Amino acid sequence: MNKIKASATTIYILFLMLPIYWLVSMSFKDTSEILGGFTLWPQKVTFQHYITIFTDPTWYVGYINSITYVGLNTLISVTVALPAAYAFSRYRFLGDKQMFFWLLTNRMAPAAVFALPSFQLYSALGLFDTHWAVALAHCLFNIPLAVWILEGFMSGVPKELDETAFLDGYSFPRFFIKIFIPTVAAGIGVAAFFCFMYSWVELLLAKTLTSVNAKPIAAIMTRTSSSAGFDLGLLAAAGSLTIIPGAIVIYFVRNYIAKGFALGRV
Amino acid sequence: MSLELKGITKEVGAETHIYETDLVLKEGSFNVLLGTTLAGKTTLMRLMAGLDKPSNGEVWFKGQNVTGIPVQKRSVSMVYQQFINYPNMTVFDNIASPLKILNVSDAEIKARVGKLAELLKLSKMLDRLPKELSGGQQQRTAMARALIKNSELILLDEPLANLDYKLREELRDELPKIIEESGSTVVYATTEPTEALLLSGCTVAMHEGKVAEYGPALDIYRKPKYLTSAEVYSEPPINTAVIEKKGDHFIFNDTVNWPVKEAYKNISDGNYTLGVRPHNLSLQPNGGKQIKVNGLVKVVEISGSESMVHVSVDEHNWVSLSHGVHKFEIGEHVEMYIDIEDCLYFYKNGRRVSL
Repeated sequence: MNKIKASATTIYILFLMLPIYWLVSMSFKDTSEILGGFTLWPQKVTFQHYITIFTDPTWYVGYINSITYVGLNTLISVTVALPAAYAFSRYRFLGDKQMFFWLLTNRMAPAAVFALPSFQLYSALGLFDTHWAVALAHCLFNIPLAVWILEGFMSGVPKELDETAFLDGYSFPRFFIKIFIPTVAAGIGVAAFFCFMYSWVELLLAKTLTSVNAKPIAAIMTRTSSSAGFDLGLLAAAGSLTIIPGAIVIYFVRNYIAKGFALGRV
Repeated sequence: MSLELKGITKEVGAETHIYETDLVLKEGSFNVLLGTTLAGKTTLMRLMAGLDKPSNGEVWFKGQNVTGIPVQKRSVSMVYQQFINYPNMTVFDNIASPLKILNVSDAEIKARVGKLAELLKLSKMLDRLPKELSGGQQQRTAMARALIKNSELILLDEPLANLDYKLREELRDELPKIIEESGSTVVYATTEPTEALLLSGCTVAMHEGKVAEYGPALDIYRKPKYLTSAEVYSEPPINTAVIEKKGDHFIFNDTVNWPVKEAYKNISDGNYTLGVRPHNLSLQPNGGKQIKVNGLVKVVEISGSESMVHVSVDEHNWVSLSHGVHKFEIGEHVEMYIDIEDCLYFYKNGRRVSL
């Protein structure tokens, strides 16, 4: 029975990893090999695609743009969500539950709904084609998500901790920064991770709100497919590189995510 | 006159958690807030601390109205039933945190934390994080933090309730000694009458959001002014029954009667409530002044050295507590003996008959 279980798991993981393997292996093949026939691994390994990406500014700037607005967005989302989540977890006020739910409904609307108004608004404000435009647009669904995740973690901290700090003489800001934030650090990590991931993979808003200066890597990838025919190897290399930031971030929060699941907030 | 509650009440929505309460606690006194769960102990403590604002009335501290003053500006410490420590700080930093806020010099912090840690047996754990400590050590850390700044008012909300039996006994012995030196006014909440008696000091007996009685622990235990404080102060609960006084006899259940004490001769005839503490209801005659009633055994609990027998005496459910192991069959008819000299009598309004 255990053998069946183990082999089933192995097959499942292989099945999941197959596209990623294919992507990575493709990135080391030259175009003729990709189009020429079926090979399980690169017959002649080439690093040409990676070299192109790291030397050609039209390519690597895409990564810098993406990282910039994703980082900005994560920072804004978590900073704004922290006090909001604290309020939702600690105070009862008129319409608090409704407001909490309303925040979540922002996540239910497809990004396409927000693309046109955002484009018009940011153009009018002169923010079009800046990192801020994308970072702010992504806040629309990342802040509710961060509030939702953080509220779960904060509600797990007894209210008596706050009171003890106040009795000890802590002012609210001092308590919040010195005691409360370190206490919910795991939640902040998980929230930041999810904000990062959503912002990193979101394409529609990022593409709509940028043209040249803040163009994300994903948008650059869609462009390449139509220029000088199909440069599949280059695309595969660019795709492989997009996986890396997410993998790095998930490595740091891997232990906390399970806790988030246990709280039902991930 | 340290802490004064002047006609305070606390209502949450339509529910009243604390009925109008007046209470004066002396400076430097040790007070035990005794009551069952939901009696309003924690609510009252939160009002004393200033964590909640009373719906009506005022809280005075050392001749000053402190009702609306934020807790940061008051000299109050509190220890909760749950073990509350700052999880990101070591035990040392936890204990030192109130002093750091007061900008006490590092050398003095070190000396004071060291001394208190010695007293509370935490010296070896100062570098650890709270989660690396046992429950008892965590609670001692919380206590140390509450004691370190020499607050004028220290509130302990069932601090030993979540500890195991051995640790509880140990800390219960140490606590009053440690606190006594500080000269602070202490309020200690507990649900256990024995704890209130062992800690001595004054007792505030609470019952359903009201302060039933306030006074020295033993006085309230021996001579409660009210039936409610007798109920709060008895574990297992005090046995009660309505009896009738007719002339110079008390009559119980129309069948049993006994002469009225000389002192109570002049009270008027009519209905009274009889209070019999479980240990004054025995299953064998002890040679003293006793009256005999018949009961039906319902449940027998034996805890090694003591037997607790639940019986029904007509429509009353009573409990008898006696030394030694006594075995009874459930449903068995037994003869029970009431130590009539030690009984308490209450008027219909709940006041104890005392002349």
